Amino acid sequence: MNFNLSEEQTMIQDSVARFVQDNYAFDKRNATVALQHGFSADNWQQFAELGWLSIPFAEEHGGFGGGPVDTMVIMQEFGRGLVAEPFLPTVLLFGGLLQAGASEELKNDLIPQIVAGELQGAFAFAERQSRYAITDVRTRARQDGVSWVLNGEKTVVLNGGAAQKLVVLARSSGEQSDENGLSLFLVDAFAEGVTSNAYRMTDGREAANIVLENVTAEAIIGGPGEGYALMSPVLDQAVLAVAADALGAMESLNAQTLEYLKTRKQFGTHIGSFQALQHRMVDMFAACENTRSLLYRAVCALDADDEDAQRSLLALKVMVGRAGRKIGGEGIQMHGGMGMTEELSVGSYVKRLMIANTLFGDADYQQQRFSALVNADEKQPVAAAAA
Amino acid sequence: MDIRFTDEELAFQAEVQQFFANVMDDDLKAKLHGVEASPDLKEGMIEYQRRLNAKGWMAPGWPAEYGGQNWSVTQHFIFNAERGKAGAPAPIPFGVTMVAPVIYTYGTDEQKARFLPRILNSDDWWCQGYSEPGAGSDLASLQCKAERDGDDYVINGSKIWTSFAQAADWIFCLVRTDNSGRKQDGISFLLIDMTTPGVTVSPIETIDGIYHLNEVHFDNARVPVENRIGEEGKGWTYAKSLLVHERLSIAEVADSKRNLEQLRELARAQVNGGQSLLQDPVFAKRLADVEIDLMALEFTELRVLASAAEGSMPGPESSLLKLQGTTIQQTIQELRMDVAGYYSQTLQGDLSAAQLGNDFADFAQKQYFRGRASSIYGGSDEVQKNVTAKHVLGL
Repeated sequence: MNFNLSEEQTMIQDSVARFVQDNYAFDKRNATVALQHGFSADNWQQFAELGWLSIPFAEEHGGFGGGPVDTMVIMQEFGRGLVAEPFLPTVLLFGGLLQAGASEELKNDLIPQIVAGELQGAFAFAERQSRYAITDVRTRARQDGVSWVLNGEKTVVLNGGAAQKLVVLARSSGEQSDENGLSLFLVDAFAEGVTSNAYRMTDGREAANIVLENVTAEAIIGGPGEGYALMSPVLDQAVLAVAADALGAMESLNAQTLEYLKTRKQFGTHIGSFQALQHRMVDMFAACENTRSLLYRAVCALDADDEDAQRSLLALKVMVGRAGRKIGGEGIQMHGGMGMTEELSVGSYVKRLMIANTLFGDADYQQQRFSALVNADEKQPVAAAAA
Repeated sequence: MDIRFTDEELAFQAEVQQFFANVMDDDLKAKLHGVEASPDLKEGMIEYQRRLNAKGWMAPGWPAEYGGQNWSVTQHFIFNAERGKAGAPAPIPFGVTMVAPVIYTYGTDEQKARFLPRILNSDDWWCQGYSEPGAGSDLASLQCKAERDGDDYVINGSKIWTSFAQAADWIFCLVRTDNSGRKQDGISFLLIDMTTPGVTVSPIETIDGIYHLNEVHFDNARVPVENRIGEEGKGWTYAKSLLVHERLSIAEVADSKRNLEQLRELARAQVNGGQSLLQDPVFAKRLADVEIDLMALEFTELRVLASAAEGSMPGPESSLLKLQGTTIQQTIQELRMDVAGYYSQTLQGDLSAAQLGNDFADFAQKQYFRGRASSIYGGSDEVQKNVTAKHVLGL
């Protein structure tokens, strides 16, 4: 049993941390997210050169063959620096789905392009009515000879503005909320019938609503009806990634708030000398450590393919929401009026954490899934609560 | 990063499971039922602890030369997890976990030979004399006085909140041997025989209706100097170092896990209009919140254990174990009261569970009130936060 990083993982961590230090001071970040699509193409090329874009992919497709711990290490550093480049949508979601279910031919074609930093992608899963229910899909896919034709609208597609290709979740059969009948399709973002309306998220990253009108898909990923089984493990990895990103953001925001308590003076003394604030800072520290513990738990369980993995992931996502909201709210409050300003990065961290809460289902939603999972088994009632 | 058990660890797990399945027979379970509420407690615990000792597992964490097991951190984790699953209690801590590490770390060879084997075999029952009527969270202000007179100390003063003093053979005490300097200085660590003339015990009635707390009075009680541990005036340092030993087991994760599973089944059995309490979204939310906190705490503890195994200083997260462990225990106790409904406020008295119509509320209620103490003793929640703010956050 150990919670140490390997030598390779430590090297990745150092390399990402150095990048963040050199390129993500708050004013530089503001300049970066103001660019088209909310990120820097130069930074993305640097990611490719440093080999980060290859990390989760299999070696036979030019990847590094990394696992969940590697992803965690990168994402945590990205969260610390509020990195805006679309690693999650392009590499982990779009690339992850290709890796999970695309034909060898497609993998050999597209994955090297991702690794080289030449291809931006996105995963279009949510819809106007779906809220957080991943299986609530109205977008239809109908077979037309050897092709599939898609109709519907996907919403809040992360990196949907920059993506050159999309993986679209659509229904090839079944009712609106069925797990069965979901399929994944590769769609060219510039194909006829695709209309994209891009907008910014609160933290500056870009998303899009994408309307599909009789769009002919380039390919089906996996077989018809295999969408749910294919995307579930990819989404599990994405939840880990979001949680690691959130943990990094919590660490930064806590460090910044603690520093403020030690330097800001009121009533002739540092405000960190006030017990009311000290105890609240301890609660923020505890929230961050709880998130770290559940992240390690989920990463180890997923890595070992342990039976506890689902429960751990759901618990983690609930904690990310709860802890993020606490640390975010308290971070603003303890900075007083300055916490309300765009001069400090506090607000940007808070927004990052709020987005992390909503991605792939918020704390309330995942708590209900957690309860359904852990309370499901009918067991023999315990006669008495003995010691 | 890896939490998979090796084949050797899996074999050890099976051995521990088998051991507790054998040890926790119906007779012993009955004696330990409700633990602190029962007059059979001491008898049952001694029987239980001697079964542990017969296997060599009474004090696995001690150095091997005194009877420890040289287990890896993972083995300790497995042992505690399986103990909790089996519903077996941790040994009463005052001897084996609290005073023994002070004795084997700072005591003389004579003191080690005299006290440690009797702790292992549960021949002596210990209690802890730290708090005083005027020294609670501010423990260093204690005033119980020890004055040197020849080869004895003469003790005058009182200790309070002393758990199980009524059943104890020995008490380990912090006493003041010098009043001239800083309040942390001038404190010494003494082992006192409870049968010493001048030592009296008076019970404290508590809101849980369980007799476990006492006040211990010292009226010119003479204690041989040879019963002092280490140097005069260094008692505060020794007591503080003991907290490190305490910290590794203080979260009581394994016990909370078992209590939570029992709580879930109790709630499942409460059915109204065809719907179990587990299906009530408000109750389910509260249950999920505490379960998730417990899952996090379990790994916080593992992180602390893993860093201890590498010989590193415990990381900052270790300061959270007591605070979060007791919060979780109290939340489970609260939920169990709520599951009992009206019965959470009834006193069972001489009625049987069948006559009353409920077989867990009495226990739930006693544990709820008993459990209020856990955020007060061993450094109150507020003191824990002060300490974390100062030493971990640097405020």
